[in-house]
Amino acid sequence: MNGADTAFVLISAALVMLMTPGLAFFYGGMVRVKSALNMLMMSFISLGIVTVLWVLYGYSLAFGDDLGAGLLGNFDHIGLKGISPETLTGGKEGIPVFAFALFQLMFAVITPALMSGALADRVKFSAWAVFITLWVSVVYFPVAHWVWQADGWLFKLKVIDFAGGTAVHINAGVGALAAVLVVGKRIGFKKDPMRPHSLPLVMLGAGLLWFGWFGFNAGSALAANGTAANMALNTQVATGAAMLGWLAYERVRHGAFTTLGAASGAVAGLVAITPAGAAVGAFGAILIGLVAGAVCAWAVGIKFKLGFDDSLDVVGVHLVGGVIGTLLVGLLATDGVGGLTQLGRQAAGAFSVMAYSFVVSWLLAELVDRTIGLRAAEDDELGGIDQAFHAETAYDFSAVGGVSATRGGGHPAVPGHAAPGRDDESGTQDKQANKKVDA
Amino acid sequence: MKLITAVVKPHMVDEIKAALRAIGVRGMTVSEASGSGRQRGHTEVYRGAEYTVDLVPKIRIEVLAEDGDADRVVDTVVGAARSGDQGKIGDGKVWVVPVETVVRVRTGERGPDAL
Repeated sequence: MNGADTAFVLISAALVMLMTPGLAFFYGGMVRVKSALNMLMMSFISLGIVTVLWVLYGYSLAFGDDLGAGLLGNFDHIGLKGISPETLTGGKEGIPVFAFALFQLMFAVITPALMSGALADRVKFSAWAVFITLWVSVVYFPVAHWVWQADGWLFKLKVIDFAGGTAVHINAGVGALAAVLVVGKRIGFKKDPMRPHSLPLVMLGAGLLWFGWFGFNAGSALAANGTAANMALNTQVATGAAMLGWLAYERVRHGAFTTLGAASGAVAGLVAITPAGAAVGAFGAILIGLVAGAVCAWAVGIKFKLGFDDSLDVVGVHLVGGVIGTLLVGLLATDGVGGLTQLGRQAAGAFSVMAYSFVVSWLLAELVDRTIGLRAAEDDELGGIDQAFHAETAYDFSAVGGVSATRGGGHPAVPGHAAPGRDDESGTQDKQANKKVDA
Repeated sequence: MKLITAVVKPHMVDEIKAALRAIGVRGMTVSEASGSGRQRGHTEVYRGAEYTVDLVPKIRIEVLAEDGDADRVVDTVVGAARSGDQGKIGDGKVWVVPVETVVRVRTGERGPDAL
């Protein structure tokens, strides 16, 4: 067993885990107050559901031996059967399969969570839980097998997807688009203002994503080596460049350097470098970043023109960013790999995942919608789905001088009954009697 | 008695409060408000989607005064709320309305005694 590699992969797994809460805050800050908790929960629940599914059968379907056609793993490792602490990947110098399985589990967790941003404010939480259960089972696990398992058909086609440009970002971006087309627009889309309720949360989330992404990308080397280091460096370089690309586009097009633009540009760069970072040089990384930043900034406007309500631009950032990285690596790959042949392979990989993911995601969304219903009731949507599905609200401002504040703490506020002995001095005319204006 | 209501820029509140205290006004009600007047709103851009914010944040200050004091209160508020020497669009408005009576809740006093 290689101890250094094992340590690196275990730490990378923890870094990638942090991306899902990071994503939750990135999205959570972008929605309105009334659905902030639901947005957080749509990501968080994936940590529960997908984790359990992964050990039950996800790992086996994705990384078990191929059933034959390069499309799916077999069922030999159901419940992680046949894997012990001594089981290593790739012979004596490998890492424990448990470490690899944990690392890959984090990818499986974040991918469906990525889709949630497209469906903000309007989906029943129970239906979302059912949808991602089906989606990871039928879409993510097989596609991960195609791309990353040595017997997978896209792997054998020599498609480069180092850390998940196709399996994660294109897959989630297209799945989100399909789900949006089934769910429909938010009430008031294009009419009511739907401003982000907390850009600081968005920045916090983007920062956590950026941090965790070092594990996501560099960890995908599965070894503490030069490839991991190159990937880590390119992750930083492309992300910085993408932030600049997005901000430059915004400044020219809309006249301001926005916070949301900086956060979004960074995420676009992280997405675009994901498939490519291990196969390009530093200039390639800068180019991929700049292109991804500017093009994604342009792409997020498409939904208004085409009229589909991808609430938080999962398509504009993850699908478009993923496609940019996946295609550009075909041209920019170093070591004599890059060229039109590789570009063709990359396109084949990207479009086959798009086609499969779109069709199956659409069918799954329809299935959920026609059985238990995917869309929240109109009243719940208007009133805020936090209260409807979680019986909570994100913020309680009433305690700050509000009507429900009670004196001395501990006494719950009873509507219509003031706390005993309450002496309201907070208010209006001064308590000092008979003081007149000194005329 | 008069009720003097001023709707002003939020960052002017401390100055107005101090100026009113300086002329002996003891009581006032301050609340958050939003509105629009000749000062049009501003535009915010989120990922290229422009939102016009036409109701801008304001602070409402309410002061009860005896009839003879009302003008002085108004002048004090106006003087403190104006930006610079010339003033700027969005500095706010002050208006005065007659008040029938006022009662101090604690003692039941009415009229000027309750101020």
